[in-house]
Amino acid sequence: MTVETIDLDAAGVRALNRRLQGREGPVAGRHFIVTNAKGRHALAAGLTERVNVRIRGHVGYYCAGMNRLADVTVEGNAGTGVAENLMSGAVRVTGDASQSAGASGRGGLLVVEGSASARCGITMKGIDIVVGGSIGHMSAFMAQAGRLVVCGDAGAYLGDSIYEAEIFVRGRVESLGADCVEKELSAEDASGLEALLAEAGMDGDAARFRRYGSARQLYNFRIDNAAAY
Amino acid sequence: MAGDYPERPWATFPPHVISEIHRAADQGLYYIRGAGARRALPTFDDLVFLGASVSRYPLEGYRERCDTNVTIGARHASRPVELKIPITIAGMSFGALSANAKRALGLGASAMGTSTTTGDGGMTMEEREASETLVYQVLPSRYGMDPDHLRIADAIEVVVGQGAKPGGGGMLLGQKVTERVADMRTLPAGIDQRSACRHPDWTGPDDLAIKILELREITNWEKPVYVKVGATRTQYDVALAVKAGADAVVVDGMQGGTAATQEVFIEDVGIPTLPAVRLAVEALKELGVHRQVQLIVSGGIRTGSDVAKALALGADAVSIGMAALMALNCNAPLYLEDYEALGTRPGACNMCQTGRCPVGVTTQDPLLEARLDPEEAGRRVRNYLSTLTMECQTLARACGKSHVHNLEPEDLAALTVEAAAMAQVPLAGTNWIPGRS
Ligand SMILES: Cc1cc2nc3c(=O)[nH]c(=O)nc-3n(C[C@H](O)[C@H](O)[C@H](O)COP(=O)(O)O)c2cc1C
Ligand code: SF4
Repeated sequence: MTVETIDLDAAGVRALNRRLQGREGPVAGRHFIVTNAKGRHALAAGLTERVNVRIRGHVGYYCAGMNRLADVTVEGNAGTGVAENLMSGAVRVTGDASQSAGASGRGGLLVVEGSASARCGITMKGIDIVVGGSIGHMSAFMAQAGRLVVCGDAGAYLGDSIYEAEIFVRGRVESLGADCVEKELSAEDASGLEALLAEAGMDGDAARFRRYGSARQLYNFRIDNAAAY
Repeated sequence: MAGDYPERPWATFPPHVISEIHRAADQGLYYIRGAGARRALPTFDDLVFLGASVSRYPLEGYRERCDTNVTIGARHASRPVELKIPITIAGMSFGALSANAKRALGLGASAMGTSTTTGDGGMTMEEREASETLVYQVLPSRYGMDPDHLRIADAIEVVVGQGAKPGGGGMLLGQKVTERVADMRTLPAGIDQRSACRHPDWTGPDDLAIKILELREITNWEKPVYVKVGATRTQYDVALAVKAGADAVVVDGMQGGTAATQEVFIEDVGIPTLPAVRLAVEALKELGVHRQVQLIVSGGIRTGSDVAKALALGADAVSIGMAALMALNCNAPLYLEDYEALGTRPGACNMCQTGRCPVGVTTQDPLLEARLDPEEAGRRVRNYLSTLTMECQTLARACGKSHVHNLEPEDLAALTVEAAAMAQVPLAGTNWIPGRS
């Protein structure tokens, strides 16, 4: 296996993304190591091929944003909006993630081994997000589809105005947002969760999680719900 | 003798206020409707052109050239958008609009060498195919947001707000959320679909700058990036959009149309297009980027003179929503019984929110949609855009200009003190600009 190393101090973000996006020659199946990330923004964003990218160090905003197929690992912490609008493929953050991790993601898997800040999984549309630690307030706000799995605790207003996404939390939930309710964890849910945890490389006993989702009371405007809008 | 008293018009409670109180008491929810503000506002109608005479000479109407082309986005984009006319079609979502309406707008705009724009709900392949130049909106909801669509678009528009509802989110009532619309938005069919008012992954100008950087990285720095704002604190918003790296700024005045918004928003939030253009131009000039960062103005543009006046105040192009829908037959006197069923009539309709548009423009009902033939309607849009262009050129030539962008505030006078103050042009017959002299 050949691994190509790209030093961001020398190459810069523009050249890195052009290379990883396959604009400088074929990249499918290749492995890359990116050094000197130094909190730079939009690293490894907009990838379209099955590439493997390891970024050494902390990254800024929107790392791996809107990727398809690629497998990106951040060996460090990630800034706002890591894996935002992810279409497919995988993104792993070995440290913590800032706010809006996985925002509006439509597919693929985001794993945050540490904790994630506020608005994790906001308006998610099909992505699976697995967080080893805890998540901040207003997470899964208006979440439409996909699964948000939290091995630690969840902050206030979890799942506010949630649509059809599913949330699994092993620890404490500070409070649930409007229209988000606890639901029964069926054997089928538990086995799906077990598989997802395994895929994310997290050990966790699925049966210890609680499941949350939409009560579907805000789906159509009703006078009685006016205070919740 | 009761009843013999002359009835005095009731200024505090005119009939529409009384009926709104009755409606609110019945339903307990704000009134949601389509189209733009209905209240009287200072507009471009309050300005007139000072045609050439002895002190200025005009261009020969049918002989001398008056160019209309505009380039948008050369500030940072390697492939700026080149338009033959400075009149574009505003972003209106598939979902709010029927697929036939979107296609017709694309065909009409393309025939005139101008652009059309997607909307909340994502890009349809029909509109991509029908539109030679297509602007792809990135909205707070991110419904249907797809990097492949970013890459096949000709420009990107980050929507911060709309003139009809600055600070507000969107809504598409359940009757319009069909299987196809729901599928594009990853939502269950038939629900009242809300769109957020803030982007999920950025707040404020510093974040916006990084968001724009990400969009450019994903699209290889090829596409112009516009930022669209509803007109409120226009001078600051335009300056911050420029600082965040926008190639073009779209400023949508309070008259701007909508598919469905609370009426209090439509009528009571934002400032009119007239002062908004001036404020935006001032901001661009202050930063030394006027004509370098293009200004696209929308909200209540209906005629070639509206276009010419917006350009004279310093806009590079305009964008039209409701008027383009009218070219597709919105509010036309057809299918009268269907207007009646909606409790309205041609010329007064703003029932887009119902999904029962009598002329097939803002509907997802296949039978209603079939009333709009995209080819024929596309020709109507082309004709309408062509008329606006000729009107604008006529006015520009009369002011002695060989390009519509050479129109300037000096070519204008105001008919009202309000318009003089808002547009900062002299009141007709005086040298007086309120607040300045
Ligand atoms: C039916 C309809 C749907 C609209 N949908 C959107 C939208 O999805 N995104 C957006 O930024 N603006 C939307 N708008 C606003 C227009 O882009 C534009 O700002 C406005 O229509 C301009 O004002 P005008 O209608 O007076 O020309 C919509 C307007 C209408 C009438
Ligand atoms: S005619 Fe159709 S598009 Fe026009 S205002 Fe009525 S419902 Fe809306």
